[in-house]
Amino acid sequence: MIEITSKTIRTSELIDYVKESGAGAINVFIGTTRNQTAGKKVIKLDFEAYEPMAVKELQKIADRAVEQWDILSYAIVHRVGIVEIGEEAVVIAVSTPHRKDAFQACEFIIDELKKTVPIWKREVFEDGDVWVAAHP
Amino acid sequence: MEISVLAFGIARDIIKARSVVLEVTDGESVAGVVARLKQQYDGLEKLPSVLLAVNEEYVEDSYVVSQGDELAIIPPVSGG
Repeated sequence: MIEITSKTIRTSELIDYVKESGAGAINVFIGTTRNQTAGKKVIKLDFEAYEPMAVKELQKIADRAVEQWDILSYAIVHRVGIVEIGEEAVVIAVSTPHRKDAFQACEFIIDELKKTVPIWKREVFEDGDVWVAAHP
Repeated sequence: MEISVLAFGIARDIIKARSVVLEVTDGESVAGVVARLKQQYDGLEKLPSVLLAVNEEYVEDSYVVSQGDELAIIPPVSGG
């Protein structure tokens, strides 16, 4: 399952989704919104996506993960729009027969997501805002 | 012929639109299109490592645009 959503991500629903009788492990990565960046207070985050392409790129990453590890099921959900501090911005759940595959596949998916998936994060401060990674 | 150009993140702030329609010439590459956009929109040239996509797939700078293509300007991504 791959989804871009403006609604709160229900992690427990994703865990239920990837549950398989052949699974010996489910690993979940939750990316949450942090209240500061380099010591500066962040009020909220605002995510924008090129949605159809983001879904395609996520699918490519998931396909590569399925080729590399023994994955029974996966769920990748990313928020768009305003995300309040402490909320889930991205959740990745992977079920595999053995735990090592679940850990590695989850890490691979989030690492690749951050490289290629067209999603942008805007940090909103008390005195302005900035697109993350837009300037080196 | 015409293509549509989509801009996201900081590129959208600079162009001040999510989407613009642009007249292009036969055989023009996406790099050529972006070079013209940089002349037109102040600040676009300052963006580091902008990637380009056509019809929702990343393309090389040499990719030649066709009528009706959707060219997306992809500033450094920051999802997750």
